[in-house]
Amino acid sequence: MDERPVSPALKLLAFLMFAFLLAPLIVVVPISFSGDSYMMFPPSSWSVKWYPAIFADGKMTAAFWTSLLLACVVTVLSLVIALPAAFALVRLKPRGAEALSSLFTAPLLLPTIVLGLAILIVFARFGLLATFPGLVAAHLVVTLPYALRVLATALSTLPIAVEEAASTLGASPFTVFRRITLPMMKSGLIGTTALCFLVSFDEVVLSLFMTGPRIQTLPVAMYHHVEQQADPLVAALSVLLVVLTLLVVLVVDRTSGLAKTFVK
Amino acid sequence: MTAAITMPAPVAERRSNGLALVVALIAPIALVNAFGFLAPVLNLARMSFYEVEPTGAMHEAFSLATWAKVVADTFYAELIVNSITVSLGITLLTLICSYPIALYLHRSSGTWKTILLVLVISPLLTSAVVRTYGWIAILSENGLVNNLVSGLGLERLRLMFNKTGVVIGLTEILMPYMILALLAGFGRLDPRVEEAASTLGAPPFTIFRRIILPLTLPGIALGCLLCFVLAVSSFITPKLLGGGRVFLLATEIYDQAIVTLNWPLAASLSILVLVIFGAALVLYTRALRAIL
Repeated sequence: MDERPVSPALKLLAFLMFAFLLAPLIVVVPISFSGDSYMMFPPSSWSVKWYPAIFADGKMTAAFWTSLLLACVVTVLSLVIALPAAFALVRLKPRGAEALSSLFTAPLLLPTIVLGLAILIVFARFGLLATFPGLVAAHLVVTLPYALRVLATALSTLPIAVEEAASTLGASPFTVFRRITLPMMKSGLIGTTALCFLVSFDEVVLSLFMTGPRIQTLPVAMYHHVEQQADPLVAALSVLLVVLTLLVVLVVDRTSGLAKTFVK
Repeated sequence: MTAAITMPAPVAERRSNGLALVVALIAPIALVNAFGFLAPVLNLARMSFYEVEPTGAMHEAFSLATWAKVVADTFYAELIVNSITVSLGITLLTLICSYPIALYLHRSSGTWKTILLVLVISPLLTSAVVRTYGWIAILSENGLVNNLVSGLGLERLRLMFNKTGVVIGLTEILMPYMILALLAGFGRLDPRVEEAASTLGAPPFTIFRRIILPLTLPGIALGCLLCFVLAVSSFITPKLLGGGRVFLLATEIYDQAIVTLNWPLAASLSILVLVIFGAALVLYTRALRAIL
């Protein structure tokens, strides 16, 4: 770690670039309190009418509940599917474990626009387009690699001695896993939950390919709204989403350390 | 008898038991992978050879018609060149904007560093739609910049619905990726080397050019690869800030897939994106070998 005083020039440059990086997130706050009926910045008058307007907009509220339910289902399924796989690949070390984990994380290497198109074409054949199960399956394709990666890292860094001690003392493999391994990888589990939830809740490209007039996720509804009219409604909604994201980030930081979970 | 129970099972039996267990444990993820990734991608490659009739109907065949169209039509050549040059420009700008932040983060410590890290990661976790909307507020006709400019008595600028808007928006959106990649590469920076150079009389800029920059090149290479690849394939921001007036590979794929419904053409364009990815990866590996 380098702890010498930072030169003022670097400080100023870094500050300017931080301002640029955060500008689009900061401007939505004043706009969400705009009294105008279309977007202009700075607003000519102020009001809080756009926040209740979100809840009066049937399309947005329906999309919000779809997204929330979708993110919860996807997160639970990701944990249930990725945890056994991570255990098998890390602890049982079958032949070809390396190749298998590359295959299972490969969907992350593919651009989502290509993956979205590929999934669209195959799912259309099975009548899965614009259905909830179809959305769940599409989101799982991108959340599972994250879940597998974080859980496998968590598992491989655990000291194996405690597990061995428990099994020497007569605990069955399942008991060892439930009573020793799971509690010890708590931070990995929290990180995975947060990551899968945010990835699914924010996912927009795959969802754009998978949704239709019958079913929409919140990011897709917002995308179509902005495409037609960029009024302050989306700003109010954005503020709520940013607050939600910050809450999740803070919870993760408090429970397992932000740097440990996201910076690898 | 108790001894017999605790005796380990014969090796062969244990291995077959173990194999069955492994198969059972990875079956669910393998199923999702096969159905949601492998099959769709293989099908995509196959689809680029399907035949499309003038009516728009398509049928299974092995035809090079779509590929011939992509190669012959100068619109697609322009699309590819456009995508690559815009993405290269965005990558360079992202590097310039991210480097000071990464260097500053590397030099700070404690709570302050955590706060800065949260500020870098939070945009990453915020939807691209939200951040693009923020840019519309800043760049549009009645946006922040134009109201400032007209307040100064100058003529309003056209910052949106053109390449300028797309480049500004995507640069900001890709910055967190670049910062994290740079930070990962900054581990090689040894303060003692900088101090030695400074003691020997090197001015700060020389230290930066001769020591800091060369040592951080691997991080720069990784960040550039990541940003280029993400820029080529991004389409939410180009679509919203480009307003249908900026033609890139990714936006064309979406239009062909959803609007025109010419899936074979969308499939061939997707494969072109993957080819560009492969080329970028080869260049990156070469560059890395030259640096190290």
